[in-house]
Amino acid sequence: MTWVNVVIQGVLLGGLYALYATGLSLVFGVMRLVNLAHGDLSIMGAFACLVLVGILDVNPLLSLVLVLPMIFVVGYLLQRLMLNFTLKGDDMRPLLATFGLSVIIQNGLLVGFSADSRGLDAGWIENASLSLGGGLAVGWFPLLTLVVAILVIVLLNSFLTRTRLGRAFRATSDDQEAARLMGIDNRHIYALAMGIALGIVALAGVFMGIRTTFTPGIGPARLIFAFEAVIMGGLGSSWGPWRVASHWAWPRRWASSSRRAGESS
Amino acid sequence: MVSRQITVHHSTATSRVALAVSAVVVAILITVPFWAEQRTSRTLVSLLTLIALAQMWNLLAGYAGLVSVGQQGYIGIGAYSLWLLTDVFGVSPFLAVPMTGFFAAAISLPTAGLVFRLKGGYFAIGTWVMAELFRLAVANIPQTGGGSGKTITSVAQMAVTTRMRGTYWLALACAVGAIVVVYALLRARVGLALTAIRDNEPAVESLGVHVFRAKLWAYVVAAFGCGVTGSVIYLNLLRIQPDPSFSIQWTAIMIFIVVIGGVGTIEGPILGALIFFALQETLSQHGSWYLILLGVLAVIITVWFPGGLWGTVVRRWHIHLFPVQRRLLLTGSEEAGVVAESQDA
Amino acid sequence: MSLLELEGINTGYGDFQALFDVSLVVEEGETFGVLGANGAGKSTLLKTVAGLLRSPSGQVRFEGKPIEHLPAQKRVTLGISLVPEGRRVFPSLTVHENLQVGAHGRRRGPWDLDRVYDVFPLLVKLKSKQASYLSGGEQQALAIGRALMSNPRLLLIDEVSLGLAPVVIRDLYEALGEVTGSGMTVVLVEQDIRQIMEVADRVSCLLEGRVVLEGPPRELTRGQITAAYFGVR
Repeated sequence: MTWVNVVIQGVLLGGLYALYATGLSLVFGVMRLVNLAHGDLSIMGAFACLVLVGILDVNPLLSLVLVLPMIFVVGYLLQRLMLNFTLKGDDMRPLLATFGLSVIIQNGLLVGFSADSRGLDAGWIENASLSLGGGLAVGWFPLLTLVVAILVIVLLNSFLTRTRLGRAFRATSDDQEAARLMGIDNRHIYALAMGIALGIVALAGVFMGIRTTFTPGIGPARLIFAFEAVIMGGLGSSWGPWRVASHWAWPRRWASSSRRAGESS
Repeated sequence: MVSRQITVHHSTATSRVALAVSAVVVAILITVPFWAEQRTSRTLVSLLTLIALAQMWNLLAGYAGLVSVGQQGYIGIGAYSLWLLTDVFGVSPFLAVPMTGFFAAAISLPTAGLVFRLKGGYFAIGTWVMAELFRLAVANIPQTGGGSGKTITSVAQMAVTTRMRGTYWLALACAVGAIVVVYALLRARVGLALTAIRDNEPAVESLGVHVFRAKLWAYVVAAFGCGVTGSVIYLNLLRIQPDPSFSIQWTAIMIFIVVIGGVGTIEGPILGALIFFALQETLSQHGSWYLILLGVLAVIITVWFPGGLWGTVVRRWHIHLFPVQRRLLLTGSEEAGVVAESQDA
Repeated sequence: MSLLELEGINTGYGDFQALFDVSLVVEEGETFGVLGANGAGKSTLLKTVAGLLRSPSGQVRFEGKPIEHLPAQKRVTLGISLVPEGRRVFPSLTVHENLQVGAHGRRRGPWDLDRVYDVFPLLVKLKSKQASYLSGGEQQALAIGRALMSNPRLLLIDEVSLGLAPVVIRDLYEALGEVTGSGMTVVLVEQDIRQIMEVADRVSCLLEGRVVLEGPPRELTRGQITAAYFGVR
């Protein structure tokens, strides 16, 4: 029955991939920005968690209460004070700026924390598992990861479709100039989107940090993670562990319809 | 009414002077190994290879609009094919260097088939993934020494002076060759297509320009250039290893140089390489802090001075040392003058 | 005090100047028509008022206060709303969502979802349809309805009739009649001279970025207008 276990583990890990991909697609969906520092910002979230755990001596999962708002603010300011200026003109500028940012974060973390492997200790939940009978068992932590991932995606989806601000996100994505004519401040929307995306990505970084170890230099590998998931999702594949992330359909649908808008204007 | 004729010009008085000066500089550079210390030519080798690499990345990003973060893949391929040609097939090292470019170019074709399906930022990550795949492939072939790599013995066994001089001239050839090739490519029809693509791709496509073909040209040429330059770098370093040979650092360096110097110009990468080199020589012992400084510099320039240093020079003084834009001159009218200048930078 | 005053506007795009020293005044409650051929600067004029473009010199005053430093999104909250050229509805949003977004920078006032559906009854049954699937006329109705959702004091409309069938244009102008009848100040840009002469209280004609003719339609002769429109003397 080991293969069943492998499949279950795979599905549960898929949740983490989905979180990475959601962050990347949200930012791409709203402002056509591909953030090359995505992975590094996720690692930065894990390190922020590490520091807080060290100071407050709490469970890393509990520290998320502080880590997530902090990362949200970082994301908001990053977009508002820096990346917004790169959105005018060709699409090369945001790429170069976020690439530079990636180098800054990696080396900044290296200076602050050395190249040693770190891990986050979430206590009993890491090793406890739920027996399903017949030799099958599901770890509580992977299960929690999956539940959180699904929750985040569902919440984000209903935020985008049901709320006033969510509609403003989609309107800005469709046509930022027309959105401004509705009284929507696109710079603010972009910054909110970056803040939310980084919050999601930092969440993934912390869960990943509990699951395995991390180093300052591992960010790019996480970016590639996210990228693979976006490509898989983007190509409409819905097999195996990716099934949980069928919500990726929305950024895709979204991107294609706004491309049409771009052509007609 | 006076009859008017429009003629297309490339050169300006400044550019003709620049050409003459460049010729003199190249001539002097050729003679360096005969009179300078070995340390000097070693230093110049790294500067010249930086210029060559930066020109290649600039061709991709600055002209074809392809932001590749995977050029390290071709440097690694250049390094490993140098080993393959010399140590396995017994080709003379200096002959092997130009051949490595064909290896890189050959691999770049199917790679382009994959990554060209991706747009913009996803193209960037896609090229990165491909370079990672190359690295993993090489690291998992036992014959290439796996993760610990190989020493290129046939090169290591050469007389030091011969190796140093050969390496130096090859590096010079790479730098000059890269500049000449990019310059020639941009002044050819494909260059006009490339510049137009950078400015407005959908519009160009609708005019019947073969966007795909022009981009493919740029991509393959850049792969060739990075391959050859990579093998020259490893003539110097001698030891090939998957991690450093395929390191993202190579592309990071290219990006810094081009961004600092000025993207989309030929002069920019040269200026950028000089500045980068000076920073490297004076600050690189500070390790991470040095890299942070470079990152900050690149971000500041990208965000607030998008034309880079050379772009700022051009905007202020309208100097073009290597003009690739076409200028239309009206003749026959009373006041002949420039009527249109295609946008550059 | 007039609702909108432009003084010495010189808007352009990069090196290209589209408007030259344009000055005009729009009074509260009137329907003001802007005429002109293709490329005369009509859309540029509206975009300058809405805040999508800026004039390097001159002044834009709304209710007597200078607003040229305000971005488009702030001007909406003051009560300036533009129906842009080409309609620019949000294609991936439904009709209903488009209207809801229109209320994002909403001021207090009589216009809400019910009233917009009242004036444009054709939108009711399209409510949950994605805007990209609408016909040109339906999109134009949606674009106007969306602009009304912010409760503007000044409604700027760029080319209502562009690319639409005469029947559709007539219906749209009928609905617009209800809007102007409610006392709202409207600035209409049109290429179709006849249409605008019927509905406007005053018109102004642009030629190559300059105001060349201004006055109430009934005081202008056909010859004057043709001359101003085509630039023949």
